[in-house]
Amino acid sequence: MIEFRSVSKQFPDGTLAVDDFSLTLPSHRTTVLVGSSGSGKTTLLRMINRMVDPTAGSIEIDGVDIASLEPVKLRRSIGYVMQNSGLLPHRKVVDNVATVPLLRGVPRKKARADALAMLDTVGLDRALADRYPSQLSGGQQQRVGVARGLAVNPNILLMDEPFGAVDPIVRAELQQELIRLQTELGKTVVFVTHDVDEAFLLGDQVVILQEGGRIAQIGSPADILAHPANDFVASFIGADRGKRVLHVERHDGRDVLVDSDGRLAGVLVGDSAPGQVGVSR
Amino acid sequence: MTWVWANLDLIWDRTLDHLILSVPPIILSFVIALPLGWLANRFRFSRGAILTASGLLYAIPSFPMFIVLPALVGTTLRSPLNLVIALTIYGVALMVRVVADGLASVDADVQRSAVAIGFSAWTNFWQVELPLSGPVLLAGLRVVAVSTVSLATVGAVIGAQSLGSLFTDGFQRGIQAEIITGIVATVLLALLLDGALVAAGRLALPWTRVRKAVKADARLRLPVEVTP
Repeated sequence: MIEFRSVSKQFPDGTLAVDDFSLTLPSHRTTVLVGSSGSGKTTLLRMINRMVDPTAGSIEIDGVDIASLEPVKLRRSIGYVMQNSGLLPHRKVVDNVATVPLLRGVPRKKARADALAMLDTVGLDRALADRYPSQLSGGQQQRVGVARGLAVNPNILLMDEPFGAVDPIVRAELQQELIRLQTELGKTVVFVTHDVDEAFLLGDQVVILQEGGRIAQIGSPADILAHPANDFVASFIGADRGKRVLHVERHDGRDVLVDSDGRLAGVLVGDSAPGQVGVSR
Repeated sequence: MTWVWANLDLIWDRTLDHLILSVPPIILSFVIALPLGWLANRFRFSRGAILTASGLLYAIPSFPMFIVLPALVGTTLRSPLNLVIALTIYGVALMVRVVADGLASVDADVQRSAVAIGFSAWTNFWQVELPLSGPVLLAGLRVVAVSTVSLATVGAVIGAQSLGSLFTDGFQRGIQAEIITGIVATVLLALLLDGALVAAGRLALPWTRVRKAVKADARLRLPVEVTP
């Protein structure tokens, strides 16, 4: 469990990136921090592995104040995946994955063997192990990034817009892969994105952030979609427009769902009682 | 050519002398420039001061340096050590900027991710920053190597035997073949050291030789959005 307690961060230039932020992130669940630029979401993420230290308040991991922990040691125990993979260009794929175990003193042979097994876990062919990152596609690099993040079997996995720089098709593939991994591994995932659809797809708990890390709403995707806390949330998630607003129209004796642009979204099947609505495309 | 065949032993000895005078300064200037370049790159205030000071070293004319050095470091006027020190100073003058630029050339994203996954400052320098600045360092080192080999010929004037001794001796005794041999041998030695550095670079920096990423994929990637 990760707990933010009245955390603030003022940067030396005076900008208040985060102001009195409190949040509990449950273990073995995916919490997505979603917000536009300036919402402080990345700053919050970086506070968890002490890349950024708060100017006020405290952060606890399983009851331990992380300010009392040595940053380098803390970082080696937390998985970290970032945009553009952040792989070391001068190391082969297998060595990239083995990086943190080696830093933690795992013998070379074992670290490499484990790294190869980790490639299987993230769905990469072992034939890629001896390539350099520049020889891989963007999607493959991102998978290696995830493998590297998982290499020390951390409890916590931090993901900073990890799929932000790949094309939409690969992104969808990586998202599904993450969902599969998460069902298998059950890590405490903290995921940062500016994409609401991605947040709703991946998050057990979604935190919608406004300027300065102010929480606009916390909840499950369904909660937020069903009851947007305010106009900001409603407009941010697009609840008032487009594909999210569906209404039923009768067509040839069946109920079809139509979005606000008048486009057909699906067909209503089975019992149409509330809570049992299924949409098939 | 007859002069060359008759004096192969002499040419070989001078070549060895030349190597002994020029290899240590190349290595020393790299080793000394490393911390200075790191310091120049690390802090904004130190950058200007260190780069200007090291650049100025190159402006010191060599002859006054040879006269002043023995007094400063306590060597005798005709010690080959003077030449080694002087060449090291010139090497440092070139190399400090190269090291600073090389370290600055390392991708900021890669550095940030290295810190985020748990590299300490020390391991980050040796395992990430230094190898990744390798191509820039190598380019700088090649210039230093060639210029050191060429500068080492002046040793002949202050009594340090080198290939330069072939021209001074050739001038004094009017042996044109000896002068030409000195020049050609110096150039060949410079090329040899340069080639050795390139070969060492190929071994040490294997990732720089791999076929670059699937280009089509790189084009497909969306522009990166920067968020704080």
